[in-house]
Amino acid sequence: MNVQTQTRSAGSTAVKINDFVIKIGNVNGTGSASANGLLMKSIFRMGVPVVGKNMFPSNIQGLPTWYEIRVSKDGWTARSGDVDLMVAMNLESYEQDLKAVSPGGALLYDSTWPRPKLHGREDITVIGVPLAKMTNSEFANARTRVLMKNMAYVGAVAALTGIDMAVIQSLVEDTFKAKPKLIEPNMNALMLGHDYITQNYEALPLRVEPMDETKDCILIEGNDAAALGCVYAGATFGAWYPITPSTSLMDGFKNHCQKLRVDPESGKNNYCIIQAEDELSAIGMVIGANWNGARSFTPTSGPGISLMSEFIGFAYYAEVPAVIFDIQRVGPSTGMPTRTQQGDILLAAYASHGDTKHIVLFPADPKECFELSVDAFDAAERYQTPVFVLSDLDIGMNEWMVPRFEWDDSRQPDRGKVLHADDLEKIEKFYRYFDHDGDGIPYRTIPGEHPKGAYFTRGSGHNKFGGYTEDSAAYQEVLDRILQKWKKAADHLPGPVIQKAAEPTRRAILTVGGCDAAVREAIARMALEGLHFNYLRVKAFPFHSGIEAFIAEHDTVFVVEQNRDGQLRQLLINETAAEKKQLVSILDYSGMPADTGLIARMITSHCQAEG
Amino acid sequence: MTSIKKPLVDKHLRKNRHGLTQRDYEGVASTLCAGCGHDSITAAFVRAFHELDLEPHRAAKVSGIGCSSKTTAYFLGQSSGINTVHGRMPSVATGAAAVNPDLHYIGVSGDGDSLSIGLGQFAHAIRRNLNMLYVIENNGVYGLTKGQFSASADIGTRAKYGEVNEQTPIDPVRLALTLGATFVARSFSGDKEQLVPLIKAGLMHRGFAVIDVVSPCVTFNDHAGSTKSYAHTYKYYHPVIHADFVPEEKEITADYADGEAITIPMHNGGDVILRKTDTSHDPRDRDAAFDLLKNLEGSEIPTGLIYIDESRPEMGEMNHLPDTPLNAINHSKLCPGSATLKQLMDGYA
Repeated sequence: MNVQTQTRSAGSTAVKINDFVIKIGNVNGTGSASANGLLMKSIFRMGVPVVGKNMFPSNIQGLPTWYEIRVSKDGWTARSGDVDLMVAMNLESYEQDLKAVSPGGALLYDSTWPRPKLHGREDITVIGVPLAKMTNSEFANARTRVLMKNMAYVGAVAALTGIDMAVIQSLVEDTFKAKPKLIEPNMNALMLGHDYITQNYEALPLRVEPMDETKDCILIEGNDAAALGCVYAGATFGAWYPITPSTSLMDGFKNHCQKLRVDPESGKNNYCIIQAEDELSAIGMVIGANWNGARSFTPTSGPGISLMSEFIGFAYYAEVPAVIFDIQRVGPSTGMPTRTQQGDILLAAYASHGDTKHIVLFPADPKECFELSVDAFDAAERYQTPVFVLSDLDIGMNEWMVPRFEWDDSRQPDRGKVLHADDLEKIEKFYRYFDHDGDGIPYRTIPGEHPKGAYFTRGSGHNKFGGYTEDSAAYQEVLDRILQKWKKAADHLPGPVIQKAAEPTRRAILTVGGCDAAVREAIARMALEGLHFNYLRVKAFPFHSGIEAFIAEHDTVFVVEQNRDGQLRQLLINETAAEKKQLVSILDYSGMPADTGLIARMITSHCQAEG
Repeated sequence: MTSIKKPLVDKHLRKNRHGLTQRDYEGVASTLCAGCGHDSITAAFVRAFHELDLEPHRAAKVSGIGCSSKTTAYFLGQSSGINTVHGRMPSVATGAAAVNPDLHYIGVSGDGDSLSIGLGQFAHAIRRNLNMLYVIENNGVYGLTKGQFSASADIGTRAKYGEVNEQTPIDPVRLALTLGATFVARSFSGDKEQLVPLIKAGLMHRGFAVIDVVSPCVTFNDHAGSTKSYAHTYKYYHPVIHADFVPEEKEITADYADGEAITIPMHNGGDVILRKTDTSHDPRDRDAAFDLLKNLEGSEIPTGLIYIDESRPEMGEMNHLPDTPLNAINHSKLCPGSATLKQLMDGYA
């Protein structure tokens, strides 16, 4: 066997139990995603907290793709910034992958082909497994060989880190329940890798040991969770135009509806999904459905929001509810469609021409995608306005470990102020934009329910009675009321999450969305070094009054976000009394999911410079 | 040819089944130019809805932007309406119809709104066979922005200040046929006897009913040299097929000579009786419709019900929508509840 058996000792490295990172570098289109998912889930099934991050190209086949599995006994779900075991399957990215291994770590490569640059690092353990050679002699079909090579490295990693093969086997059996013929070849491939390691190498000082920390948790992608939220919110209509990374949200909605929303008697669908010709049309359909009193939504990403902007202003001004999921990706323009960013914060807050301000909800993980999508439908109807759920690729398309979702059966949808036929019978005349209750929220009706409820909806200038106007005062009265309505929503939307430091401090960190896990872990790390921070995570815009109060309590507030321009910081400066110099931007717009190590380093160095 | 005088002031208008007169089907006063073809179409809508005995609040008016789109305020004042953004009315109608197919959707658009900025949405509404009446008030120009050519302007037509159009026009009738529209008609704002029954038939048609109505713009496109002027339209106007609409409960009483009339039962009720006024055209034959348009190209403006197909499923059927409109289904039927969620969660563990 032409194998380099370098069982270089990792020196004094202590054994890491349930606290390390496995990264797999591969070529996309080789079916590695399912093998990697299997590896991650097997750790979860062992009761050990784990999270998987897929960093993939905008391509069908042939470009580099990575998958990072973080095993964390403490339940941290962000990227740690380290790589303890690299599975380097892609020759193209091999050099880069070699460099990425943390000192004292290990690298597994396919030793079917020699890799002269192997000796680039003396500080890591290198493990060669002839994956291609083994799978080529075991399997005849070319595609099967490619797929099985992935399963073989899963087996090898399992052997190196002590993952229970029985758990993997039961997962394989679950996965191929519908195609039982595939169980045997997959198990064979797994065992090829596994046995090669046990026969040629010692296990690494990276151990997965059974715990009991995942039984109340699930592994779910944010888009799937948001889709489930739409089902539970009672959404009946969705329109969309396919765009990465939002597509799986509508796939999820369809999948759930096919199981949960087909009338058992008639076989008819208690939902409707329309694939529109573009995003302009998708949002138009959503507005039409909401105008007619059905909860409806559209999932999209940044480019879609750009296209929808005119209609978003229409819905804002004509006061038509709409729920818009923006699964953010890297911009500007086409940007990097399969990479994550928080680049649409300002876009969502003020989308469309003229004076427009929107309600924006910011989930931090899939559980919040579920919860906030239900809240979004309530807010859209309560305030009769478009509501954005600003998720991102990292939250939307990666499987996160989160607590199981719960539902309170007594929860009823907040349909807002709607006058139905019996209400209309009792009143003399209905005016669509009249502020009866002094809260800025008018009453609406559902077209066709009652003759008295008929009204004309327009994006052109209108007065409080709903009539066309070019009268300055009548126009301003309506526009001002809409602003009041929006402002009053601030303290009724989900409030900020605040976490106080163990010690009194005048420093704080403020963040939003998917940065949450990395920032909380960074705070814990920095506390060990004696740096203490209070913490606030924004969950909604307009900003809750507690956010301004929180900022006022601190001399320095680090605003951590994933964009170049510090958009959340800009929004805070624009919409609160916060001083510019108070708010310090900590930015990571690399396109990768938030990295605990990077955030901690940036904040620490700033604090050190400050003294 | 006859026209409807504006405004309607006949105090002795008869009451329909709902005790409503034509006045009850009017809207606010038109702000269009005196003599605008669009006002005649508005009057035709009023008459058609009244005669059809439709309850005004069971209709929903949708429009985009432009002179034509403004007219939805001028009829059916007791109906809800939504004046959307430029060229995007079909999408709003699509969402609205998906969640409540029980209303009558009336879309009013123009040649700019449908054939330029809104061409995509117009095309895709046809593909979905959205169940609505879609009327294009076609005058060949942009009125509100003062007389630029629209995409329906014919080659050689002259603008008010002398410019000649050299670009090929988009003909909504041929386009609709190509895209698979199931009800395609053309008419003229100046011919109420043709237009009113077409509107009725279009409303009762199951699927997308498009009526392209030549509707001269008296301010910017009614001069010599314009192919969308009253004079030009009267001169080349060619009624090919006359469609009488007979409601369900009425007997067919007119006397049609043998072989002259075709009766087409409408899915939404009633019948359309087609009378051939000139050629041997059969509007159920799609190829014949293309031939008719081709043969008369450049010489005459063929009008009437050019093509009809009552057999194609409309959008709601294609999407297996339930009998109860989606906007009326109780939340308890839509929300799967906590027990189901618990089971679902097991699938993610």
